Parts: sequence; structure tokens; C-alpha cells
Amino acid sequence: MTALRRTLNLARPDDIYNAIIDAHKGLSDEQCRDFDARLILLLVNHIGDEAAIREALKEAATT
Amino acid sequence: MSSYTYQHYPYRRPPELDGKAARRPVVIVGAGMAGPTLALELAARGVPTVVLDEDDTVSFGSRSICQAKHSLEVWDRFGIAQRMVDKGITWEQGEVYLGDQAVYRFNLQPEPGHKFPAFVNLQQYYVEEFLYERCLAEPAIEMRVLNKVVGVMPHDDHVVVEVETPDGRYTLEAEWLVACDGVRSPVRHMLGLAFEGEVFHDQFLIADIRLLDELPKERRFWFYPPFHPTNSVLLHRQADNVLRVDFQLGHDADAEEEKKTENIDCRLRLMFGPEARWEHEWTSVYTFTCRMMQRFMHGRVVFAGDAAHVVSPFGARGGNGAIADVDNLAWKLALIVTGKAPEALLDSYDSERRAAARENILNSTRSTDFITPKFPASRAFRDAALALARDFPFARALINSGRLSVPTLQPESPLDTPDRDGDWVGGPGPGRAMLDAPVGLKGENGGWLIDRLGRDFNLLTFGQDRVEPPDGVTGIAVGGNGLAWRRYDARPGTTYLIRPDRYVAARWRSPDPAAITAAVERAQGRNTGRSPA
Repeated sequence: MTALRRTLNLARPDDIYNAIIDAHKGLSDEQCRDFDARLILLLVNHIGDEAAIREALKEAATT
Repeated sequence: MSSYTYQHYPYRRPPELDGKAARRPVVIVGAGMAGPTLALELAARGVPTVVLDEDDTVSFGSRSICQAKHSLEVWDRFGIAQRMVDKGITWEQGEVYLGDQAVYRFNLQPEPGHKFPAFVNLQQYYVEEFLYERCLAEPAIEMRVLNKVVGVMPHDDHVVVEVETPDGRYTLEAEWLVACDGVRSPVRHMLGLAFEGEVFHDQFLIADIRLLDELPKERRFWFYPPFHPTNSVLLHRQADNVLRVDFQLGHDADAEEEKKTENIDCRLRLMFGPEARWEHEWTSVYTFTCRMMQRFMHGRVVFAGDAAHVVSPFGARGGNGAIADVDNLAWKLALIVTGKAPEALLDSYDSERRAAARENILNSTRSTDFITPKFPASRAFRDAALALARDFPFARALINSGRLSVPTLQPESPLDTPDRDGDWVGGPGPGRAMLDAPVGLKGENGGWLIDRLGRDFNLLTFGQDRVEPPDGVTGIAVGGNGLAWRRYDARPGTTYLIRPDRYVAARWRSPDPAAITAAVERAQGRNTGRSPA
């Protein structure tokens, strides 16, 4: 049983993907890392589902 | 090198050189894809045109190859789309590879029931040849080859054009001048108008070849393929067994070295293997820009196609965007020169097609940024999406190897009447392109909705309560309860008003003659901006 959603859950995937890219524009590597860390923590708290988050951690490490 | 035989069209001495000058309603500069299409649309509405072109043959090289459904539907009105379908390669699906693994397969027209496919691949020179020949058969169109525009003098109610020919120079007066003269538009330069935008530095190599073995039919795009591991490659089939192979070379490639046949052969050998045989058709090393003019209208001079806006090639939005421009322009210009609509109607050409150009540039820029990431974080997210795509279907939707041309949205145009009935759950609303569908005539199957449309405004009614369309509007009753009903979210009484460029101007749940008349008036630039009471 998987807790992590695999199918598309975004109405306008190109819009949100490019918003993420634009947010990184002009940042140094270190600033990118810090930005991504804050972003991940914000999203993780919003998701709240620990099983899904743990599964995502595993998938991101192995994909 | 090329298997295509370039025709040279006959030059004729223009009558103006012998003193026979008359002001023309519309003069078109450029006999590429947009100019002749505009001339045909105007001729169909009784407006004669002169088309000026500086050379006497069609596009050199295959250039724009993907002809979209919405362009084919335009050309079908002049009886040449089927010829393009027969000559070209029909395709609707594509594959994206990461390394040597297929990670994503897309279908651009997953639902059947359209007269035309999503795309037909056909070299630009064939499209231009078919258009040119069709124009020659049209008495209202004067095709003038070897007529180069060397001066443009705008006035309040006309434009004077100075033209150079092998027999000398002459001047031509036009009520309206339409510049369809391409990305380097001489008319735009002569008027000193800006063309601003974004320049991309990655270089690409096009190798059009005839592969003498088996040919893949569908679009294939590779990120990091084993035969070109540092970058991307696009493969696309064209007519006459020609393959378009497009290699991304990167910023610092040496264009002169890359163009050498032995170096191209080396790349192709890695790609197709030791047994493959091919002949070269056309080669080009290119970079690209995304630019647009601030206004497409400058008094009586109108810009269309690449002259007005230019995009990267990913998405087939250049040639197809140009055809959509002139489809939008033609009926408005015809109403104005015949005195049936105010000049202000053309303001909507500017606003609607600039919105379209912005949408095309946005999509094209996003594809370009995905294919050629500009900074490390952008590349990291791109590579993450690619890596996740095999196991996670959501990531496939993020892979952007080109969002292929579909009719753009024209939201909130002053010509369109917003929905008043709030219960629409589907169907094309105002500002969206109409949809084709099979419609049976008297219960028979096999006819297409686009074949039943009249040239100008059309009123589509579903069910028995058919209203009489206003003067000059073709009425079409859609019977049965088939696919057309679903595509239009129709119930008995549902009514759509379709503009001549096949965009929806208004729609209602139950027909009201006064509202229909008001919507037609509004769509023709009379009573703009006021909702019908």
C-alpha cells in the first residue's frame, strides 16, 4: 500500500513548474539550498501525512 | 542536395510602370505562408489583393514542417488541405526518451472524430507551392514576384509603397498594407519599429536527410541519448522520406565546423548505426529569439506572422501562429474595406493576436528553458523531473520538449459576449476556438461540422427550437445526440455564435433573437463593450 500520490495532482503543471524555476533565478548555489530547505519544510508541514513524507524521502533517495 | 525541385514563378511587368495606377484596397508584402493565405481569405470575401514578393520561388529549405490541425482547417476552405494531408505525414503521437529509455508517450488528439489530424508534417516549400498555385487560380489575386518593397510612406487613409522590379521602380497606393514579410521584415525596418524580446544562445544543428532504410513516423525527443550524451535530439519525419534530425549543440559550438558534411555524418553514424545509409537534404545551424512588436497595427500598416512576433521552434507555433493571425485579420479587413464595419474593429486584431503571441512566446520560452536550462537549479529540477518520470506519472506532465500548437485563448475580447448563463460545465466558451465533430446529415453519418459552416458568421443550434439567424449569418442545426453535443456541452436549445475565424463569439442555453443580433453587432465592432440588455 502506497501513501505517496504518483499521478498528476496539478491543474496547470507548466505554470507551477515554471514558478518554482523562476523562484531560483539569480540565487547562488548556497542560496538555492537554503531556499529549497525552507520550501520543503513548508510543504512537508502542509502535507502532514507522515507515511507519504517517509515514502517520498525513500523515493527521492533511490530514483 | 535537395530532392525538391524549386519552381520559378513568372514575373510580369507591373501595369504601374506604364502609368496605370489605381489605389488598391489591400496590398500584401510577402508570399510565404501567411501572405497567400490572407490573399485567399480576402478573395473569398470579394476583396482583391496584390501580393508582392522579392524573389520568385518558395521557401529555401524545409523550415516550418509541422502543420497543425487549425491551419489545415483554414487551408481546407480553399481546397488544398487534403493535398497537404496526402503529401505529408500524419502524426498525433510522440515519444520522449531519457538516455535510451522511453519515459513518456503523448497523444495530441486522443479522441477520434475530427476531419483533420493534430498534425501533418510537410515541408514549408510544399505548403508555399500549394498556396501559390491556388492563388494563381484566383482572379482577384495578383501575385507579383521579383517585386521588392524599397519604401513605405504611411498616410492617414492610405499607404504609398515604392517597389523595385527588374524593369525599374514604381509606386503603389494601398488603403491597407499588410506586412507578412518574415522575421527580418523589411517593412518593419523601413518604419523604424522596435522588435524586442529574449535572445537564446544555445546553438542547434538541423540535418534534414533521406534515410534509405526504415523510417519512424512519430515525433521522438531524447534527453541525453547515448549517441549524443551531453544534450538533446529531436527526430521528425517529413514528406518524400525526409527525416528532420535536430541536435542541440550548446553555447560554444563552432557553427562552421558543425556544418561540415563529414562532421554531421559522424553524428548521424552514432545515431543510426553502422548499417544505415542516408543522403543530405538541407543543413542549418541556428540559434533563436522570442520577440514581438509592441503593436501589430501602425495606422494603415498591419503586421502578421513572423514579421510581428517570433518564437523558438519547439511547439510549431511560428507558421501556425502566422496562419491564425491572418485568419483573424481577413474577415475584419474585408468588413472594413467594404464599409460594413468601423476601422476600430481592427483594434481587436491587435489585442487578440498580441494575447495569442504572448501565449505562444510563453509556451515556447518554457519549452526552451526546459530543453536548455539557463542556470544550475533549473537544470537540477529538469533532471529531477526526467528521473522521476519512469515511475511517477505526474512527472511526465512536467517534461516539456515542446507544447505543440493548439488554437490560443483570446480571453475578454471586446468582440465577444461573455456567458450569461452560469450552468456551463464544458464546451468552448467565448474567446475559445470552435471544435470540429462528426455531424450526420438527416441521420446519416460521415459529415463534419467544419464542412457545414458558411464563410462568415455561423449560428449553431442544438435541438428542435431552431431560431432564424440574423442576415448574413449561416444557421446550422445539429440534430441527433452524438459527439457534437458532448463537445459543446449542449442541451436542446443550446446556441453558439461562431466568428468567421472559427472562434466562439457568444453562446446561450436558449436562443433569444435580440441577444443573437446584439452579439453579431458587437462581434463586428459595432456597439463594442456593451452587453445586450
